[in-house]
Parts: sequence; structure tokens; C-alpha cells
Amino acid sequence: MRLEPIANPGLARSAGLPAAAIALTVVVASLLALLAGADPLATLGLILKGAAGSKFALLETLNRATPLIFTGLAVAVAFRAKLWNIGAEAQLYAGALLTVLVGTQLGLPGPVALPLMALAAILAGALTLLGPVLLKTRLGVDEVVTTLLLNFIMLLFISMLLEGPLKDPLGMGWPKSEALPRDARLPRIVDGLRLHWGFGLALICALGTWVIQTRTTLGYEIRATGLNLQGARFAGIPVNAVMVKTALISGGLAALAGFSEVAGLKGNLTLDISPGFGYTGIIVAMLAMLNPLGVVVSAIFVAGIFVGADSMSRAAEVPTYIADILLATALLFMVLAIMLTRFRVVRG
Amino acid sequence: MDLIDILLSASFWAAVIRIASPLIFATMGELICERAGVLNLGIEGIMVAGAFAGWVAVYAGLPLWWGVAVAMLVGMAFGLVHGVLTVPFGLSQHVVGLGITMLATAAAYYAYRIALPEVTTPPRIEPFQPLDMGWLTDIPVVGQALFGQTALTYLALLVALATGLVLYRTPLGLALRAAGENPSAVEAQGLSVTGIRIGAVVVGSGLMAVGGAFLTMSAFSSFFFEMVNGRGWICIALVVFGAWAPGKAVLGALLFAGFDALQIRLQQTGLGAVVPYQVFLMVPYILSILALVLMSRRAEVPAALMTPYNRGER
Amino acid sequence: MGEGRQAQEVVLRLDGITKRFGALTANDGIGFSLAKGEVLALLGENGAGKTTLMNILFGHYTADEGRVEVFGRPLPPGQPGAALAAGVGMVHQHFTLADNMTVLENILLGTEPLWKLGLGRGAARARVERLSHDFGLAVHPDAKVGSLSVGERQRVEILKALYRDARILILDEPTAVLTPQEAEALFATLRKALAQGLSVIFISHKLHEVMAIAHRVVVLRHGRLVGEVATADTDRHRLAEMMVGAEIAAPAPREAVPGPALLSLRGVSTAGEGNSPGLRALDLDLRAGQITGLAGVSGNGQGALAELLSGLVAPISGEMRVADRPVARWTPREALAARIGRIPEDRHRTGTIADFTLTENAVLESYRDEPFARTGLMDWTAARGHAERIIQRYDVRCPGPETRIRLLSGGNMQKLILGRALEAEPRIILANQPVRGLDIGAVTYVQERLIAARDEGAAVLLISEDLDEILALSDVIRVISDGRLSPEFPRGSKTPAELGQWMAGQGFDHAA
Repeated sequence: MRLEPIANPGLARSAGLPAAAIALTVVVASLLALLAGADPLATLGLILKGAAGSKFALLETLNRATPLIFTGLAVAVAFRAKLWNIGAEAQLYAGALLTVLVGTQLGLPGPVALPLMALAAILAGALTLLGPVLLKTRLGVDEVVTTLLLNFIMLLFISMLLEGPLKDPLGMGWPKSEALPRDARLPRIVDGLRLHWGFGLALICALGTWVIQTRTTLGYEIRATGLNLQGARFAGIPVNAVMVKTALISGGLAALAGFSEVAGLKGNLTLDISPGFGYTGIIVAMLAMLNPLGVVVSAIFVAGIFVGADSMSRAAEVPTYIADILLATALLFMVLAIMLTRFRVVRG
Repeated sequence: MDLIDILLSASFWAAVIRIASPLIFATMGELICERAGVLNLGIEGIMVAGAFAGWVAVYAGLPLWWGVAVAMLVGMAFGLVHGVLTVPFGLSQHVVGLGITMLATAAAYYAYRIALPEVTTPPRIEPFQPLDMGWLTDIPVVGQALFGQTALTYLALLVALATGLVLYRTPLGLALRAAGENPSAVEAQGLSVTGIRIGAVVVGSGLMAVGGAFLTMSAFSSFFFEMVNGRGWICIALVVFGAWAPGKAVLGALLFAGFDALQIRLQQTGLGAVVPYQVFLMVPYILSILALVLMSRRAEVPAALMTPYNRGER
Repeated sequence: MGEGRQAQEVVLRLDGITKRFGALTANDGIGFSLAKGEVLALLGENGAGKTTLMNILFGHYTADEGRVEVFGRPLPPGQPGAALAAGVGMVHQHFTLADNMTVLENILLGTEPLWKLGLGRGAARARVERLSHDFGLAVHPDAKVGSLSVGERQRVEILKALYRDARILILDEPTAVLTPQEAEALFATLRKALAQGLSVIFISHKLHEVMAIAHRVVVLRHGRLVGEVATADTDRHRLAEMMVGAEIAAPAPREAVPGPALLSLRGVSTAGEGNSPGLRALDLDLRAGQITGLAGVSGNGQGALAELLSGLVAPISGEMRVADRPVARWTPREALAARIGRIPEDRHRTGTIADFTLTENAVLESYRDEPFARTGLMDWTAARGHAERIIQRYDVRCPGPETRIRLLSGGNMQKLILGRALEAEPRIILANQPVRGLDIGAVTYVQERLIAARDEGAAVLLISEDLDEILALSDVIRVISDGRLSPEFPRGSKTPAELGQWMAGQGFDHAA
């Protein structure tokens, strides 16, 4: 078999194939439910209800989507430049760490503290990714492995701090930091509803990233570098500088996920503020085909699956890990479907 | 206990070889994939799946070696998915590999929860026991280190030897290396690039899964979450460190395991009282990054690594 | 080589081969046969269907209609190994060798059953050495292919076929990468092969070679077989007419009026990379209103000189002056700012970004400048206008400026690159293999544009492996060999054979 590019895929192909990918994912979900001895339809219904069945559920989904928008954007920006940032998890924790440090150690009033916390977080995340990227551009060290390994190193580093200098003396022995003062937290968007301004910030970032990607010379440079490094270099695009700028943006966005989780939701730093948001960001970004506005939609979808599966597993005997399997299969089906909208498989 | 004592103790050297064993399996698996031109980032998840599959098979009553076979088959199945998506369809090896890692990890956890819904402490199986090599084991230091291992460790060394032999001394190895260097050379000689690459990914993934199974069936005796803990990523670094040659990669794995074993023992010394334990735990990851940096200048990367081959474009 | 032919035993027969790709018919009912001990030339422009035909013969494509017979037996379609097993060997234009393996390993690849222990190197080495000797193909069996010269690699390719007992050899543009002298050696090898009863299909578009070595010629045009003649009954001129379907008018440039040097190199060296040498203490002047042709066998430093002028590499020693000012910092951006227009060798990987639209590709070298960008924001309307201008002025055939450039033919892609470079009104033009792989129409178009640019006062450096092209277009010729440059030869002062000696590296020692 060979692959031939298609000039004009047509609606049936460009809409039908992704739809088929979703349908196949639903089939996998049903099989998984059967495997757990549950009724597939009921399981799917419970997931849906848990994700969007009530105002509370919906808000929970949006809350969960917030860090995923940030990490999804971080991945989308980086992958556009073919910069394989698999280290959003480490950048997230770096951001969370600086958020807590600035928020608890400097004793600043809230209106001053919050922007400063965000800036410090962005800086920390950007620097976390800068190392691997400099190793890549200067020495040619593959960034996939270095960013992955940094995730482990960062978690151990945070763990060390939480059991050492940052440990909350009133924490009853738990490894957690002191809580942020009340006024150094992100306020809720609407009083009484459990949705904080981190979500608003995420939407703004998505819009900003979209503008960068489609309207600026930097976005053009990033896309050119990612699609054809050799061609971009020949055209006079400073590809190494573009990589570094991309890394700073990407690392900063991932760090904002940490900022938003700590300042908006948790109030302090623990070792479990992220159940793998950094890795899930890859799925979010790929499902959105690296489009920043699409990231918002796919983050809400992915968050819905997680929240829905959590709530479903409390009611039915189906483990919550069904969500992770579904998303991984959705990712694989989707990349295949997207490829098949652009190429056709021919025999001989 | 200070450094000299540690380095002279038999248990240290036994630990080095034990720690290296799963890495050798998985590193050989990754090396086979990459020599054929496919980066397999599914390694971490495939190791998790292998660790679970081998363990659960034995837990369900199968003999130990059957458990190894089950783990291998599960790994090969994930490898087949990876191979089909990345080779004939030419999808991004990065994205598919990470997707396979997420899928295999989640599948293992899901299956574990279904198989054992209520348990809080992971149940144990009777793992592989150290072989009794008679008088060989009684040789001081060397005896216990070399001859006090389980059968799986010897299998790991055998696999490394076989990988080297096949790569350099058989027609199959020739075709495999050519597929990773210039696939059109393979095609022009009437061989199938697709077949060779998918085959390499399937076999390589099987080995990764056995590496995972070593953890639950030889090193520990139960399955718990996060137990692979980045070992797969470390193996990818080891392939680079070994310059894509099996012998050097095994040396790299032993060297790495040496530092790991040392780190564990140093935690118990006076040093461990002063330095937080997390610093010791960081050592393997930092070493892996260092290894990559050191080798970056003289890497002999297979020329067609990560380049999909489409017959239509030539 | 008219004499010594065996009886007309047919060894290969193609019959009514038809292959369609969507709307395009790449092969339309092609049929011919090859006799034992015969050299058959397969002549045709790029895109005439030669490659498709060979892909069908080797089972990479399946023909929609028609059949192939080798030694009287039908060849099963779509099976890559079948032609090889039947005794057909192919020497590809782009070598199919693995650089990280030895010559012997490359030859052995695929000749033994995969599931076998051991390689049997000893016996194989003896056989390779005997074949090398018998056919005049000197090459060391244990050398890494990555360290071989282009000529040596071609010998390995031929050895691969002979080792498999090929009785029919197909050579795809075999002389494109050789010096005239190396080509002679190749022909000597082919004569030895014919004497041993082999048959040869020689794919080429170099008419004088076809006339020199082939017994018969089959001409393809637009996927159809348009002529089949014995070389004894035709001449170069008539073959050319058959090939393009009309009298070809080679561009006949007016006499050049050279002006001052716009770019000067004095003792410039660059670092080599892998197998390709860097430049070694080069002196070069590119003058306004003059085309300087750079002849040479590929891989002798053309790439390094092109990279230097493109701004991709900077000199490690020596002085480079552009418009009489010494160059300090030197990157592609500086090269563009110095008004060097660049047509790169590889339009797919270097010249364009395949998944960008024509609009995005049109501003690739100027996207930061007004009117395409202001304060870091792109003005896509202005960019599209620019693309439309190039499309119209340079006759780029495409559905529109928002089409991905991947979908264009090579000729149209090259016209966009040419337009992009010329619209910036360059003073110096680097044209690296500007017409390789284009059909005659596009070739003439690109060449005329380059001559026009020269007439308007640009200094042009034309790099080509095709000596005929260099001879036709250049006002002065320099030969490059192993990173060194020959003296300047004015138009008509050297014969192709004399240039060939320089290309082979002779003459430099006396000159130096």
C-alpha cells in the first residue's frame, strides 16, 4: 500500500473520518464496560450525566478543564514547532512552586501579589523548559527524553521541599505547603459558583496563543520551523531562536496551570495537585489538531470524560481508569483519522 | 558502612546485575525498534502492561514461564498497534508512542482494578527464585553476584547476546539495519520495509514487556501503580548512550544499575542522614540526562530513524 | 557498438502496459522488447513515464493493464522480488545503499533467506572480488559505503545486480553523477557485460551517450511510446525532436557585457561536513551581467559553495566581499539583505515548505518586511497579493494562492521559487541545479529568465552537474573539484573532454 496526498478531501471525508474515530472510541468504551460486568449504555449515560448532567457537574468539568487548557496550549505551541515538550508536568509544578513561594513568603497585599505570582510562575515554567531546549539546539540532545526525565526530577525536588523548608508546620505531618493568604487567591467568576478566574485566564491565553499562531511573524516562524526546519533555516528564519522563544511560551503556559490550580483551587502546594495534567495536555492538544481555540473545546471534552468517569465509578463497578483508556484510544483513532483526511491509501 | 565496604560487598554486585536485568530487556527491545528506524515511546507503558500481565497470569494460577510468555504476547500486541500506525500509515512516532504508553498504562490499571476490586495491599505471587549453581555460588563476591541470580536475569543476558548476533551475523539483521539506515536499499532488494519494521517493533515491544514482567516476577512479587517509574524513558537514554550497539548498551545498563545500587546503599550511610533521600532518588534520572549530553556529539543515529517510508515518494 | 550482437533472442518483453494515477495516465499501452546482448536506450523527458514503467517492472506499482515477460515467462504483477529473482537488476539513479554497512554487507542484503544463521561472508567476498575483477569494478568489499565516492557507490550498485546473477541490467541515468572519464569506464564495464551475454536498458536523456552506446532507442513522451529506432538509422537531432515533439530551441544568449565584480571571494575556506569537502582557499569573482557556470562532479564542493552564498555557512578563513564591502556576520538574512537571490538545489526540502500555501511560501524570505508585516503582525492580504503577482508574472499553474504547494508539479514549484527570488530584484543570483527534473518547457522558461536577469545586470552563478547546460548558458566556466576551483575559462575556450579532465581533478596541481 501507498499513501497519496488528496488535493480536496471533501466534506464526507473531512467530517466523516473524525466522526468515525469518535464512534469507534464509544465502541471501545462499551466493550470496557462489558468487561467490567456493567451495562454499556448505562455506563455511558452515567459518564455523560456526571460530566454535564447538572450545574454542579458542568462547573466541575470546567474547573477540571482549566489546567488542561493551559497544558494543552503549552503542548500545542511546542508541537507546532516540532518541539517535543513532554515536560508540561514539570513546568506545571515549577509554576505551582513559585506561586506558593511568592504568595506566602513575600507578604504582599493581594492585588500586588497575584500578578507577581503569575509572572514568577511563568518565569519558572519557561526556565524549566529552557534547559532541555538549549541542550537540543546547542548539543543536539533529544528533548523528548530530557523533558520526560525532568518530570521525575521536579516531583522529587518538590517532595524534598515539602518535607523540608516549605513544610507547613501546622500540616499535621502531611507534605504540604503553607496556604496562600485569602487575598492572594484567584476570585470566583460568579459569586457562589465554584468556578475561579483561572478559567477566564485560560480563555484569554487561548485567544492570545491563537493570535500569535495565526497573525504574528513569530507564529509564522514557529509553523515554518516545525514543518520544515531545513527550509526555514534557508529562508533566513533563526530556527534556534524560534525554538527558544517557543519554549519560553510553552513552558510559561504550562506553568500557569500550576498557578491556576494553586491560587484558584487548592490554596497550597501538595504533591498531588496534578493527576498528570501535563501528559493529558498532549491528548488535549492533539485532539484539537494543535489549534489553540480548539484546545478549549477539547480540554472541556477531556475534562468531561474524567469528571464523568469519576462520578460514574462511584455509582457503577467500572474503574475510573476507563477515562484514561478512552482518551488514549481517542487520540490514536483521531490522529489516524486526520491523516486519512489528507492522504488516501492506494494499492500498488 | 563507607564506599569501599559497599563496593567490596557481594550483595552490591548482585544488586547491580539484578537492577540491570529489566533495563537490558527493555533496552534491547528499544534498540531493535530504533535500528529498524522506529522510535518506540510506547516503552514505558508497555513495561507497565508487561509487569501487570505477567504478574496477573501467575496470580491466576499459570506457571511462572507462562507468565513471561503472556507478558511478551501483551507487549507484542501493543507493538503491533504501534507498528501498524507508524509504519504503513506513517503517523508521528512521537504521538503514537506516547499514546501507546498512556493506553497500555491505563489498560493495565483498569484490568488490575477489575481483577482485584477490593484489595488495598497488592497480593503477592511466588516469584522466580535465584538459581542454585552449586559451588559457583560459593566463589567470594563474584559467585553470589554472577551466579546467585534468577533465571530471568540469565535470559536477559542471553537476549542481549542474541540481539548482537542477529544484528551483525545474520541476513535478517542486515535487513533490519538497512531498514533503519536507508529503507529504499531494502525495498530495492525485494524485501519489505513495512514487514521488517513492523516485525522489529512487535519483537522489540515483546522484550520491553518482559522487562516490565521482571519487576513483578523477579525483583518484587506484586504489582503496584507507578512501579515502572520512568525506567522505560531511562532505557531510551541507554540506547543513545550505547550508540545503538547492543554490547555498549548492556555496559551502559550495568553502569547505570551500579550507580542506582550505590545510591540505595549510600542512603543508609552517614550521607543519608545529611542529604534528603529525594536527592538520591534523583540520581538515576540525572545520570540519564548526563549520559545523553555526553553522547550527543558522537551519536551514530540510524539515518532513517523517525522517517516514515512511503513507497510513492522516492 | 553495432557489432557482435547475438541472435535475436528476446529476454524481456513489455506488452500494453497502462498505469493511471487518478486523471493522469502515466503509461499508456507501452510495449517493446529487449534482445539478448543488446543495449536498449529508454529516452524521454522527466515525466514521460520512464520511472513509472520501471516501478511496474519491479513490482512497486501494479499496472492497470498489460503484462511483462522475462525470458519468456510472465512476471507476476505487484511482487517486488519477482523481477530480481527472474534475473533483472536495476541501478537506481538515487543509490539504494545503506551508508552504515560495508560494501559486502550491502551486496549480501536480501540475497540470503532471512531466517538463516551466519552470513557466509568468506564465500561471498571471494565471489565479489571475482566479479570486480571480471567486470572492471574496483571497490574494496570491507569499506563502509558511507566513505565511498559517488563513482564507487555506482560500482557497488552494479556489483549488487551482478552478484544476484542479473542477466538484464537496467541503468537509470547512470552518468548523471560521473565525470566524462568515469562514464567511459562505466561503458567499458557495460561492454564486458554484453560480451558475457547480458542485456542492458539504458535510461537517459543525454542524446550523445545514447547514440554512443545503444543499439536501439525507445522514446517515451507523455506516457506514450512515440518512436522506436535503431541508432544506426537516426541522429541526435531527430531523437531530440521525437523526445519533445518539436524542434527544441536552446536559448542562445547574447554576448555578455560584464561589469564590476559584485561578489568576490579571496582565499575563502569553509569547514567540510561528512563526505562533502569544504571549500579550499577559493578565489572567485561574480561580475555584473555575466553568468558564471560551475561545472563539476556532484559532491566536490558545489554544496559548500552554494551554502556559502546562501548564507548557511560562513567562511572559516579568507575574505568575502559583497558589493565591495567585506562581509562580517553572515547568515541567510544577511545574504538576502545583500540582495542575493537564491534558487536552492532541493526545491522540496529547502526551497519551499511543502505544507505551506503558495501565499505563505511566496513571503518566506520577506515575511518580516513591509508591507507583509508591521510591528510583528502579518498582513496576509498583502502577502496574498504578492503571491498572486508571482503566479501571474511567472506563469505558475495552480488552483490559487491558498493551495498547499505540495500539490504543485516540480516545474510550477520552481517557477514560484524563481519568482520569489527575482521579485526581490537581486544583484547576485545563485542558481543551484535550477532545471533539474523539469520538463523541457519549464527548463527553457527558467533558463530564459536567468539570461534576462543577467542582461539586466545581475551576476549569476549557475551550478549544474549537466555539462551541456553549463556549456550552453555560461559566459565563463569554473570547474570545481575536491573543494578547489579551476581558473576561469571563457565561453568556447575548452572542449567537454578538457573540462572533464579538470572535473576529474587533473590540472589543479599545475595551476596551484
